[in-house]
Amino acid sequence: MTHALQPGTADGAGPPAENAAAEVAGTAGATAADPAAGDPAMANPAMANAATSDGRSEPLLVDKEPPPAGKTVLVADEIGRALTRVAHEILERTNGAEDVVLLGIPTRGVPLARRLAARLTKVEGRAVPSGSLDITMYRDDLRLRPARTLGHTVVPASGIDDKIVVLVDDVLYSGRTVRAALDALSDLGRPRAVQLAVLVDRGHRELPIRADYVGKNLPTSQRELVQVQLTETDGQDAVILSTEADR
Amino acid sequence: MNRHLISAGDLSRDDALLILDTAEELSQVADRPIRKLPTLRGRTVVNLFYEDSTRTRISFEAAAKRLSADVINFSAKGSSVAKGESLKDTALTLEAMGADAVVIRHQASGAPHRLSHWVRGSVVNAGDGTHEHPTQALLDAFTMRRRLGRLDGLRVAIVGDVLHSRVARSNVLLLRTLGADVTLVAPPTLLPVAVSSWPCEVSYDFSATLPKTDVVMMLRVQAERMSAAYFPTVREYSRRYGLDATRLALLPDHAIVMHPGPMNRGVEIAAEVADSPRSTIVEQVANGVSVRMAVLYLLLGGAELATTEVSR
Repeated sequence: MTHALQPGTADGAGPPAENAAAEVAGTAGATAADPAAGDPAMANPAMANAATSDGRSEPLLVDKEPPPAGKTVLVADEIGRALTRVAHEILERTNGAEDVVLLGIPTRGVPLARRLAARLTKVEGRAVPSGSLDITMYRDDLRLRPARTLGHTVVPASGIDDKIVVLVDDVLYSGRTVRAALDALSDLGRPRAVQLAVLVDRGHRELPIRADYVGKNLPTSQRELVQVQLTETDGQDAVILSTEADR
Repeated sequence: MNRHLISAGDLSRDDALLILDTAEELSQVADRPIRKLPTLRGRTVVNLFYEDSTRTRISFEAAAKRLSADVINFSAKGSSVAKGESLKDTALTLEAMGADAVVIRHQASGAPHRLSHWVRGSVVNAGDGTHEHPTQALLDAFTMRRRLGRLDGLRVAIVGDVLHSRVARSNVLLLRTLGADVTLVAPPTLLPVAVSSWPCEVSYDFSATLPKTDVVMMLRVQAERMSAAYFPTVREYSRRYGLDATRLALLPDHAIVMHPGPMNRGVEIAAEVADSPRSTIVEQVANGVSVRMAVLYLLLGGAELATTEVSR
């Protein structure tokens, strides 16, 4: 209940919001604004619920704890610079990205792989192929949730046999996604080497997996949520760190 | 989605599109060096076939195996069914073996529905009597969408022995859900009595229907289910309701010819039509595996559904 109401409280805290809501209640034909709709109601959940049925629940919870907006840890420019640095690291480590194939893990790994490929292509003047690798059918948590919708797998025409495959994902966390990706990859062919590039490494690994290229190391608590937004999928570039309470 | 797939009519538009989209992704598996996914590892799929079938049983078997499920094939011939075991006792045996899904084909309409009350796993109808064959309808819709790019507003003619056809009923229900317009074309004796309540048009003139058709689906004349004379002679049936090269020429250029198989060449479809590039008959078989993989994945791949009390 409390959580469901929080988005409403974000509009504004304190007396102005109370007044505004009271006006709404008035126009809706409810009883006149009740000035007591403040602290006493908040102290008493039963009263708060009663108020909800009047359609005036919001002012009752104002001041309760305005949710901290998610903190933006990387803005668009910083994401761009991180990707450029990762691209140069890939070039260094793979002798000019020869035989490199970038495979993004849906959803946000795919546009990231495409952006890295564009940077590699620009620097080397030679097309570096990128594609996508859906790992849904290889997940170890399939039976914990209803069947998931599948993503696309697109392997570049050059294939992956004897190539250096760089897996690309947005956030590295438990490592389970990468484990699934390695299994998926081995059913598609036999790369010469597999490397991992991520935009954000937030720690808390549950498997012996590490990234070869990291855009940003972000120490987090497990209660926090790291959300990567990309222009291609979300309309803007940002990495946002929020706590469970924001959700 | 429901836990069982018994009727194409049980599928919502979203369910049906989810199955088709999933099948589209899974069709890629056929082109890979390793045609297998680990998704249903440790799950058991029982193929329970009371009627003869080649392509449907093999198709379900291939689909389950490509998803790494264990497959147990059970055919009525040479089993305890031949000794008189009832469907319910067979079901309880399967239950004891821990079947996660039972794919059933039965000569009695409604058998899968009954079975679904007796087993804990998912029941997939692979054809029951003259009732339904939902995965056939799904693979037909999948084939149409692949060839013609859409289903909404598509004009589909289903021609022939509608009375005995579970394929026709499932297709009418599913295609309606997906927004296609279906016309049944058949001699009056081969249409069900209640056809007026079906969500489709009815025509008795095949040649007149062809020019306004995007998909023509020929049905097999099911001689084995015919206990009476439904038409005077095979030759007369073939003349009026068979698809030959002359009739094929009446179709629009983009139109495709489908047949669920097995075909009676020379009866409902001429050999030259069956082998023409506009025929999708071989594609339908390949697509059948992808669609059945999608159905098995969506029924078995996710969280196990809460165990409901099983009536004994």
